[in-house]
Amino acid sequence: MSDLAEAQPVLSTGARRRDLVIPGLLFAAFAAAPFLAAASGAEGYVLSLVTRVMIYGLAALSLDLILGYGALVSFGHAAFLGIGAYAVGILASHGIRDALVQVPVALVASALFALVTGAISLRTKGVYFIMITLAFSQMLLFFIRSLAAYGGDDGLTLPARSLVAGQPLLQSDGRLYWASLACLAGTYLLCRSIVASRFGRVLRGAKENPTRMEAVGFHPFPYQLVAYVISGMIAGLAGCLIANQTEFVTPAFMTWQRSGELIFMVILGGLASLHGAVIGAAAFLLLEEQLQGLTEQWRMILGPLLILVVLFARGGIMGLLQRGRHV
Amino acid sequence: MSEPMLDIQHLRKAFGALTVTEDVSLSVETGELHAVIGPNGAGKTTLIHQISGLLWPGSGRILLEGEDVTHLPMHQRVCRGLARTFQITSILPGFSALENVALAVQARSGSSFRFFGDASAEPALNQPASEALALAGLAARAQVPAGLLSHGEKRQLELAVALATEPKLLLLDEPLAGTGHDESLRVVASLQRLKGRYTIVLIEHDMEAVFSLADRVSVLVYGRLIATDTPGGIRANEEVRAAYLGEEAV
Amino acid sequence: MNATLLLVQALNGLQFGLILFLIAAGLTLVFGVMDFINLAHGVQYMVGAYLVAAFTAWTGSFGLALLLALPSSLAFGLLLEAVVFRHLYDRDHLDQVLATFGVILFVDEGVKFVWGAAPLNVPVPDVLSGSIELMDGLLYPVYRLAIILAGLAVGALLYVLVHHTRVGMLVRAGASNAAMVSALGVDIRRLFRLVFGFGAMLAGLAGAMVAPILSVEPGMGDTVLILAFVVIVIGGIGSIRGTFLAALLIGLVDTVGRAFAPDLLRVMLDPATASQTGRALAPMLIYILMASVLFFRPSGLFPTKR
Repeated sequence: MSDLAEAQPVLSTGARRRDLVIPGLLFAAFAAAPFLAAASGAEGYVLSLVTRVMIYGLAALSLDLILGYGALVSFGHAAFLGIGAYAVGILASHGIRDALVQVPVALVASALFALVTGAISLRTKGVYFIMITLAFSQMLLFFIRSLAAYGGDDGLTLPARSLVAGQPLLQSDGRLYWASLACLAGTYLLCRSIVASRFGRVLRGAKENPTRMEAVGFHPFPYQLVAYVISGMIAGLAGCLIANQTEFVTPAFMTWQRSGELIFMVILGGLASLHGAVIGAAAFLLLEEQLQGLTEQWRMILGPLLILVVLFARGGIMGLLQRGRHV
Repeated sequence: MSEPMLDIQHLRKAFGALTVTEDVSLSVETGELHAVIGPNGAGKTTLIHQISGLLWPGSGRILLEGEDVTHLPMHQRVCRGLARTFQITSILPGFSALENVALAVQARSGSSFRFFGDASAEPALNQPASEALALAGLAARAQVPAGLLSHGEKRQLELAVALATEPKLLLLDEPLAGTGHDESLRVVASLQRLKGRYTIVLIEHDMEAVFSLADRVSVLVYGRLIATDTPGGIRANEEVRAAYLGEEAV
Repeated sequence: MNATLLLVQALNGLQFGLILFLIAAGLTLVFGVMDFINLAHGVQYMVGAYLVAAFTAWTGSFGLALLLALPSSLAFGLLLEAVVFRHLYDRDHLDQVLATFGVILFVDEGVKFVWGAAPLNVPVPDVLSGSIELMDGLLYPVYRLAIILAGLAVGALLYVLVHHTRVGMLVRAGASNAAMVSALGVDIRRLFRLVFGFGAMLAGLAGAMVAPILSVEPGMGDTVLILAFVVIVIGGIGSIRGTFLAALLIGLVDTVGRAFAPDLLRVMLDPATASQTGRALAPMLIYILMASVLFFRPSGLFPTKR
């Protein structure tokens, strides 16, 4: 009945090796994309689109870590995107334009926000947790909107992309693409390690049966909090990248609708697979592009589509891919 | 005379108007196998929940080796040597049998705030876990996802997990429930092997098992402890016969 | 800050709180009885407002429009239930959140498609227009007073229904333990449909009542929905009493807080900073309140489940 607590089947070594094929293909595709883009003639558009896919893939990945592996339904994850973006925007507006300062600040700010809100939220369970994470992100949204000095509701334009060690390395779309890919790949490997580690095992155990974990001597709370902080920091990094890509920061990055979309991306790709979240982000954004081209009322198609996915394709794309395989 | 392993003093627990545990006082000596029996609804599982820390009593004290653990959360009691099994078997269904036990070993071997390295491949964890599984007769099923084990195998696994936490006090909640005759003999035999090495509080309905295993027996009726004595003493106790054994007099 | 202004804002807060109560009541019962988390409850409120706007324009009479909007709201709610919600009762909360989120996307866009993105105007009915002098120097809009009275009346009706009728008893029992009620032979699905329909109608009524004083626009249900969830989380899911108290509390804190936060802060800070901080802090007040309540009572003030 509860798919979220569904058993994660233990993978045999054979299946584990096969499990590397899909992410391998995924990153190979990302590496090949700029060259294909150049050949396609619509280089600017393709690069920009795939960069956006990778950045939201990074955010979705961070959510999958706590949602797929920890059963923590955070409905306020877009807040971290906002923190990262506004860290870049606010610092830039004060003349601090180097990513080597902006990114650490963004990470620390995200970590602090996650630590404080997580410490309170994780005392609750179920729907209370969902609502309180939503409420915290709303709080942050209102706060940012009230900062008239930084654009308020209208947002803030960045004069240029961040410098890296004083050099305008990210100014070209190509360089930003590779930087985003590097961030995504590095984070993916980090998360895979975390999931398989001792820490990850406690987190996954707490997802399946928190009482059993307590009965064995583990208190889930500190592990969940640390996971929440790590997840927030990764999403903050994604926020820094999105600010650089759009060269514009706006409170619209952190609405609860955005948080909902992030959850949809993870579900669409398939919970608890990490690369699934990236695939889900790709599928969602590409779908959104297509639908927006079709009609102005594209949300009237997206809404029912979301309902249908939830009702009939619960395992997401990874679920569909794995139906033809055995464990 | 050293302090008892477990000392329960005037425990009381009520849910609204319903008093489930009423002034229960009980002490269990180190190495003793102490059975708690009583009719359905007597509050035996609630008592275990309070001893293990899943529930907190309204009033009263629980002392583990002299230390007041009444308001300690469950995981801290486990770290102090308390382990329990559940009436409805509770394991991690998506993890293999081996990993279920390995997690219990992990809880006692250093920090789990390690973010690198494959935990499921750590020999320091897998070795003791394999041994524990072998003792429980589950060596051949080590890689099977625990959710796919048979009911009896899950129960064996839960016991193996409890033992892997290196407890001093073992709380067993109806380990024989739903077992057929052959299996119950096997479970009783394994409990015999545990006797003496661990202090055990055993909740059971199976009278044959209780009287063959227990050093002492306590009888709980409607939340009240009506007698604590040796098995022979309990068998002869008129009040117990009237309240509980009835025609099932052994 | 003077007493009259404070009283006016308090009355506004009371009115807002009662509207929140009407919306949250349906939400808490639905969640309490069926464990169904319905993010789309806010569109129910929005549809109520749009229906009354449409009917007023069509019939020229607000009263008639209100009478027509109520059953239409109910019908709309039951339609959603039959098409989408019914399939989600056995699913976990995440699925319910996502699917109802999809409903919001669809309906928000839908009303934009039918009525356009610009806010609709609903005139206050003549019989309830103007202000009335409640006290010396205290003028208050008649219409808002009417909302307060209507809200209190519905609240009283709900209290009687839930605490003094057989159906109400079943609902309270269901909120405490739905499986048990079902095992006792009660058709829990029918009970739920009843609760759901009633809740949808209450939300529609709330939307219809505020239509003349707020702007009727796409997405108006979304912010209110989050507030309604804050209400039921603070009040304790499944409890009408908790919802009522929490709704009034939130309504008052939010309204009075927004109006007077800069003034209160002026005691400690200089006017400019006070104004800026006040404006930033005011909308955050109820979330700070919710976080505080949940910190001490992780299941709300009046939890119905153990």
